[in-house]
Amino acid sequence: MTAQTFQSIEARPAPVQSNGIIAWTRSNLFGDWATALMTVVIGGALLYLVPQLLSWAIFRASWIPNFDACRVDGVGACWGVVTEKYRIILFGRYPFEEQWRPLVATLLMLGLLMVSCMRAFWRPSLAVLWIVVLAVFFTLMYGNVLGLSKVETDRWGGLPLTILLSSLSIVMAFPIALGVALGRRSNLPAIRTFCTIYVELIRGVPLISVLFMASFMFPLFMPQGFTIDVLIRVLVGITLFAAAYMAEVIRGGLQAIPKGQIEAAATLGLSYWQTQGKIVLPQALAMVIPSIMNNFISTFKDTSLVTIVSLYELTGALSLALNSDSDWRPFKIEGYLFIATIYFVFCFSMSRYSIWVEKQLNKGKQR
Amino acid sequence: MNVKSPPKNKNWSWRSQAFRGLVYQIIAIAMVVVAAWFLASNTLYNMKTRGIQSGFDFLSGPAGFDIGESLFLFDSAQPYWQAFLVGLSNTLRVAVIGIILTTILGTLLGVGRFSRNALVRGVCYAYVEFFRNVPVLLQLLMWYLFFTEALPATSDAWKVGSLFLSKGGLSFPVPVWASGHLWALVGLLAGILVAWLYRKRVYQQFEATGRLKSVFWVPISICFAGAVIGWLAGGAPTALDSPIKGEFAIENGGSLTPEFLSVLFGLTVYTAAFVAEVVRSGIQSVARGQGEAASALGLSPSQSMRLVMLPQALRVIIPPMTNQFLNLTKNSSLAVAIGYPDVVSIANTALNQTGRAVECIAIVMLVYLTTSLATSFLMNWYNTRSAIKER
Repeated sequence: MTAQTFQSIEARPAPVQSNGIIAWTRSNLFGDWATALMTVVIGGALLYLVPQLLSWAIFRASWIPNFDACRVDGVGACWGVVTEKYRIILFGRYPFEEQWRPLVATLLMLGLLMVSCMRAFWRPSLAVLWIVVLAVFFTLMYGNVLGLSKVETDRWGGLPLTILLSSLSIVMAFPIALGVALGRRSNLPAIRTFCTIYVELIRGVPLISVLFMASFMFPLFMPQGFTIDVLIRVLVGITLFAAAYMAEVIRGGLQAIPKGQIEAAATLGLSYWQTQGKIVLPQALAMVIPSIMNNFISTFKDTSLVTIVSLYELTGALSLALNSDSDWRPFKIEGYLFIATIYFVFCFSMSRYSIWVEKQLNKGKQR
Repeated sequence: MNVKSPPKNKNWSWRSQAFRGLVYQIIAIAMVVVAAWFLASNTLYNMKTRGIQSGFDFLSGPAGFDIGESLFLFDSAQPYWQAFLVGLSNTLRVAVIGIILTTILGTLLGVGRFSRNALVRGVCYAYVEFFRNVPVLLQLLMWYLFFTEALPATSDAWKVGSLFLSKGGLSFPVPVWASGHLWALVGLLAGILVAWLYRKRVYQQFEATGRLKSVFWVPISICFAGAVIGWLAGGAPTALDSPIKGEFAIENGGSLTPEFLSVLFGLTVYTAAFVAEVVRSGIQSVARGQGEAASALGLSPSQSMRLVMLPQALRVIIPPMTNQFLNLTKNSSLAVAIGYPDVVSIANTALNQTGRAVECIAIVMLVYLTTSLATSFLMNWYNTRSAIKER
């Protein structure tokens, strides 16, 4: 008989750490040999390229507005082109000594856009604020009152024009899109056909042909002796274009409303407009706000096309600033990067905002 | 579809919904007709007073301008309609190649967002966010600047093998046409036929015995073998027309102009960012359990991807992907900004020369409408094929 004695077994090794920086690196960068190889290749390329890029863009860059300083060997990016020309790039051909006006107008518009993005301000008085700010914007830009000198619209340009075209066209497109979206789902065949033709026609052609139409054909459409400013014509063109795309977005939202809701409204004796206004639209529009934001982002980018019909918004203003100046023309890439950054900041923050709104709207559905 | 209309009663009063609907429609039709008449009469009057001629008769007159690049020979004595044809072929060329490249690049980027490697994920994310938030026109201009300024002059072009890249564009060798190539083509077609028959047989066997042989690599090899046999039978022509550095330019071989390259790169890189997002959301939409169930059934990872995951993801992917292809085609109209002779650019020149704005813009719109409708028709057909088969 052997006495049973207690023998402790070997202590098991501690489990592999699964949180913390080392564990993260192990699972995300060196999980298996393929991942490790990828890490080495991409990491190596980044380690090689990023310092060079930084050195070109920052450490070796020339910031003073002097093109001779940029031509010295070993100088990287020539941001002097921006420090020298930023006023033309940002404000186009607007009279130089009056450029505080577009600056104030732009800041007002930006403030308005930011306020419109905040949920606390989503109430009817926001529409009044829009009208007031737009009136102030046009007064500031156009002048001719209160001792401000008159500046014709063909001299407007740069960032104010980009912001004006995109925000105004989206705001004006919204009611059209709403009508067209409802029309496409109407059970009156004539109205449905017209709305379908409009949407498919516009969505089938590129924006540039709509802009060509606005700039070349629009004058022919109007009665004799009746001329409309090119800015308005382009604005109408972009609005009609954006409205077709937005109508499809809104239609998607309308389609997502279960039929039972509409039937329930009919049972309660609500009329068509009561059903749409009180039952369908509040739900459908809330659902499509993120998509409408995406519409706004693409319209914001699309305004760069008006440079092709000779309106000098941000992209056009850059060509305006550099094409006539042979000293600075070699440094166009820095200019492009500058306005690309402006576009990026606007579009990226708007897309972040749209993701945030989407999360806010889905809060009720999360558990 | 909203409120179901009550049964029609022959009640000609405002309280009958059918009657009101009729009145609304008549008003709508009348408004559209009046607006169309107003615009048309104004246009005709304006054209008459300004002495603008109208009609499409100018299409048969000589164009009087040269086109920088075209798939077939064109000179300024040829009529306008041929110039438009050149523009159309240029648009389609850039659009078709762009769509193929975009699909490949976008899919890689979209799948890369699910990589186990954090660096790959990060690079794909940065790519998507950067390229979709900068206007495509600006990107085209930047590519054009790159291809015309940053590259070396033709005299000291970058050379890789017999590829030349310079401000003059990209030059590459092309095979000299010989009858052997025709035989290779015949061989390839025969190979495809055999491969198709093989596949059919394999699936029949699969139905009967439950054993699946290779349905991917074997057919591909059969096609390839067919082409090689045809090529050998035709005398195996190997002559290449390689580009040579001439005195002023790079001569011989095939070449792509910097304008074409800028449009192609700009559109591909921009649209790929959107395609990547489409692919990502498509893959995300397939429930995780599907892949796990597939491996529980003993399917290999590639089989699970091909037979379970992809068919379901495609259903979500295809409609937005169609939109992206259409966007790429429509965005190719921006080529006018950098002087690539696409259909918009030709129409613009013709418009300036003849002053027939209405006709030229109508042609452009017609071209894009037809392309858009044809593409969406094709993709809708594919979509119904891949849609859920419900009872």
